[in-house]
Amino acid sequence: MNFRAVRAIYLFEMARTWRTLLQSIVSPVVSTSLYFVVFGAAIGSRIAEIEGVSYGTFIVPGLVMLSVLTQSIANASFGIYFPKFVGTIYELLSAPVSYFEIVLGYVGAAATKSIILGLIILATAALFVPLPIMHPWWMLTFLVLTAVTFSLFGFIIGIWADGFEKLQMIPLLVVTPLTFLGGSFYSVNMLPSGWRTITLLNPVVYLISGFRWSFYEIADVSVGLSIGVTLGFLAICMVMVWWIFKTGYRLKS
Amino acid sequence: MTPIISVANLSKTYGSGFKALNGINLEIRRGEIFALLGPNGAGKTTLISIICGIANPSEGRVTVDGHDINKDYRAARSMIGLVPQELHTDAFESVWATVSFSRGLFGKRKNPAHIEKVLKDLSLWDKKDAKIVTLSGGMKRRVMIAKALSHEPQILFLDEPTAGVDVELRKGMWEVVRTLQASGVTIILTTHYIEEAEEMADRIGVINKGEIILVEDKAGLMQKLGKKHLTLHLQSRIDAIPDSLAAYRLELSDDGRSVTYDYDTRGERTGITSLLGDLRAAGIRISDLDTSQSSLEDIFVSLVRAS
Repeated sequence: MNFRAVRAIYLFEMARTWRTLLQSIVSPVVSTSLYFVVFGAAIGSRIAEIEGVSYGTFIVPGLVMLSVLTQSIANASFGIYFPKFVGTIYELLSAPVSYFEIVLGYVGAAATKSIILGLIILATAALFVPLPIMHPWWMLTFLVLTAVTFSLFGFIIGIWADGFEKLQMIPLLVVTPLTFLGGSFYSVNMLPSGWRTITLLNPVVYLISGFRWSFYEIADVSVGLSIGVTLGFLAICMVMVWWIFKTGYRLKS
Repeated sequence: MTPIISVANLSKTYGSGFKALNGINLEIRRGEIFALLGPNGAGKTTLISIICGIANPSEGRVTVDGHDINKDYRAARSMIGLVPQELHTDAFESVWATVSFSRGLFGKRKNPAHIEKVLKDLSLWDKKDAKIVTLSGGMKRRVMIAKALSHEPQILFLDEPTAGVDVELRKGMWEVVRTLQASGVTIILTTHYIEEAEEMADRIGVINKGEIILVEDKAGLMQKLGKKHLTLHLQSRIDAIPDSLAAYRLELSDDGRSVTYDYDTRGERTGITSLLGDLRAAGIRISDLDTSQSSLEDIFVSLVRAS
């Protein structure tokens, strides 16, 4: 195991974060704060409590997930796409590193970044609304698991993309809609039964539900199912990454 | 002595069906400077890419110091430093950071003293904190060489190292390459500048259309294939070459004061003695003479044309 290489990639990627601090940390925090002002304070005060939790408080886990999901994908996809784009990927391919080490470096850094971001957003939220956390360890488990899974997913997108447009396409056209419709701003139980069934096909529902349960012990689906679906998606991403490196897809001619 | 790189029966066919390499066999000796010459699209970069792990071979086997590049890629790759042809650099990193990163990537323990030495050798020391995006093309090229040398490789690949580099800098780079060779590093360079190969290389390989058409010691190659030219300066001007000398295919200069005779050093007889005799018989007197050898460029052009 070439730990020095993993460390070098990880630190290189983290250095990129600090260089682009405004874009990677500050802007998501600002946009999340805007959600609180609009949905929490302005509109939220007119909305009844959901399962005993005020609306402003209810949306916190969903908002954190929204940021963690999109930022994990953005960080990891950009992290691996950029060397491909400028050509510096040659060094990675000619270095004595295994594929596992490359993934560990890139995905580790992207996940670290979004975990830090998630925690900052939580801290920001705590300034606006009361924020009880019933199961802090489960909360962290869901946060880490989601960050890792979607960083891995972002890594796959970054390898697959052969232009900046494609890099944006999946996050904008697939992930954002799924997250908005995944119960960030409402309980799935509030939907008519037909829509509810359709919504249960959305994997993001399980992430948000499990994450919200760790705060308030209210959930749309059982916690076990949430963990199961998340691990399942993680496994799918791992298989895809394994295949990419095995075949050299879009990396090696 | 066992070769440091051994390429056996290597072929590469791209997805498009284009056959870039066709049954390449090549051995690189430990400690030599090997120049790979070939026209554009001959397969130079493809060959290097496969040895370094950037492209997959379709057939054949490559070992680096006995390590198979696929099965034992870690051992093989950690010996190799690669400077690709294109200027691929990060933009916003500092020179120091990007060179240190390369060392880490190759699994080497931190060694600021070594990085400092590399940067100084390449005249980059005063730019160590500069962002790469602010550097000139020649400096970026040297940053890439510094990255390749950061992990103390025993083999260095230089793909067109002096393309777009001014003459002074090119001489400086040759100096660095010679110093590296003196410290035991094996160097493989591809180049368009024949003078570079002529100046630097111990051995020369010529590749064309994906096949190695020749591998020779430079000196031997030049002697073996080199045509020599004998120029005879005449005491008095002549208007035409006498018919009695037609067989020598002499070339008369425009001012009529010298004639040039081409001969082949490979031949049993050069024909010089009889030429001098016949000149004398024709009443042409000689004031001076000199000989010159065809350059590697002439040799190269004739080889590629023939293949």
